[in-house]
Amino acid sequence: MAEYKPIRKVVSGNYAAAYAVKHARVEVVAAYPITPQTSIIEKIAEFIANGEVENLEYVPVESEHSAMAACIGASAAGARVFTATSAQGLALMHEMLHWASGARLPVVMVDVNRAMAPPWSVWDDQTDSLAQRDTGWMQFYAENNQEVYDGVLMAFKIAETVNLPAMVVESAFILSHTYDVVEMIPQELVDEFLPPRKPLYDLTNFEKPFSIGALGTPADYYEFRYKIQRAMEKAKEVIHEVGKEFGERFGRDYSQMIELYRTEDADFVFMGMGSLMGTVKQAVDVLRDEGYKVGAAKVRWFRPFPKEELYELAKNVEGIAVLDRNYSFGMEGILFTEAKGALYNTNAKPIMKNYIVGLGGRDFTVSDVRKIAENMRAIIEKGELDVEVDWYHLKR
Amino acid sequence: MNTLFGERKEGATKIVLKSVDEYPEAPVTLGTTLTNFTGDWRTFIPVIDDSKCVKCYICWKFCPEPAIFIREDGYVGVDYDYCKGCGICANECPTNAITMEKEEK
Ligand code: SF4
Ligand code: SF4
Repeated sequence: MAEYKPIRKVVSGNYAAAYAVKHARVEVVAAYPITPQTSIIEKIAEFIANGEVENLEYVPVESEHSAMAACIGASAAGARVFTATSAQGLALMHEMLHWASGARLPVVMVDVNRAMAPPWSVWDDQTDSLAQRDTGWMQFYAENNQEVYDGVLMAFKIAETVNLPAMVVESAFILSHTYDVVEMIPQELVDEFLPPRKPLYDLTNFEKPFSIGALGTPADYYEFRYKIQRAMEKAKEVIHEVGKEFGERFGRDYSQMIELYRTEDADFVFMGMGSLMGTVKQAVDVLRDEGYKVGAAKVRWFRPFPKEELYELAKNVEGIAVLDRNYSFGMEGILFTEAKGALYNTNAKPIMKNYIVGLGGRDFTVSDVRKIAENMRAIIEKGELDVEVDWYHLKR
Repeated sequence: MNTLFGERKEGATKIVLKSVDEYPEAPVTLGTTLTNFTGDWRTFIPVIDDSKCVKCYICWKFCPEPAIFIREDGYVGVDYDYCKGCGICANECPTNAITMEKEEK
């Protein structure tokens, strides 16, 4: 194994994604530009134009639906495939997302989290990706540009091991257009970590022809659904192994699906996903200095959902403040529903409260986390909730 | 099975999968149409009366599955492994030589 000397570059989250695509030796990219995703595919196009990548076919398409359709075709043929999108574009892909997962194709996509319209918005919000919860795609939420880069590389390895597609999610502008130092991995070490894809079936074997995704009658459909769920369960083990291997090779450990930050001995924790959690971690440090016993639990993988890790955390805390930068109308924040549901049949029953924060790019700061901490402390002392779902920023 | 238009490959047996572990990981068709019999979708079965048949082969042309074949004597036969019982042949036959009857299973 060659010695690991990281290459440090100052890049935006989007460029971090594009570099990861290059280093993963992706063979086909089919994508349609949509703000704030555009600079990912522009950078990839630039790599091709400059001859910096070999054997990478860029398929310009007329919509996101076609982008995903092209990815599915290329992936079925055995290629390593990538696309990227945002918000309305992801929604337009929705139907095709099922085709990718149902046919068990390990397409990897970056979704730049952006609020759904109307009102028209290009700012950060997780509702777009979380609305794809039931499509059979794995979902990784990146906190910073480094995690975008690492996430894309790991996503290919995990996806190609369990034969399910994966989404790496980064925040609009907060990550996509903000520059930060990213440690990149030399090509030959990426190659060792991520060998060429071995497709589940060889569609190019003309001696033994078959078709993918054709009719499944009631006699067979059910079993294929179960297999997707089984692959999701297996993905938890694979995520652990790949995350651990990544840590051993490159020094950043991703073996845990929920990253715990100062949670040992914490009375209550803030739970959330994505770039939001960078602010929360910083706030935890400040609050700890102020005498609060608090920690942060960053959910890295939303699908498969880390039920077991959540249970281990929930056993040891009195309260969980779930921060949702998303909303399921008629109910509550989506992570909140998931987390509560996962714990219902366990004996871990911390007080859980849902804070709806940052929708449509609304700023969320350390002082917001402090206000939430004050509120959580009061709730825990009293032993009962004031409200279950708190529209935290609402102008009242 | 020999027909005027060639020979159907022998060895075609329907694949029946009994446990989830026997299934392929992805929903690939379990073989080609050679082993994927559409015949078991059928409720009604076409019955051909040779005495009314004028060998026009309209039924052969219209059958959406390759289920109608032309026998060596020039009349038509039905490959019941593939006939899904849609009744198109009976509908199209100009001499009403084909009737659809409920199949006993
Ligand atoms: S359509 Fe009727 S008459 Fe013509 S070949 Fe078929 S069975 Fe015979
Ligand atoms: S019933 Fe339908 S499938 Fe069967 S032989 Fe007639 S046309 Fe073909």
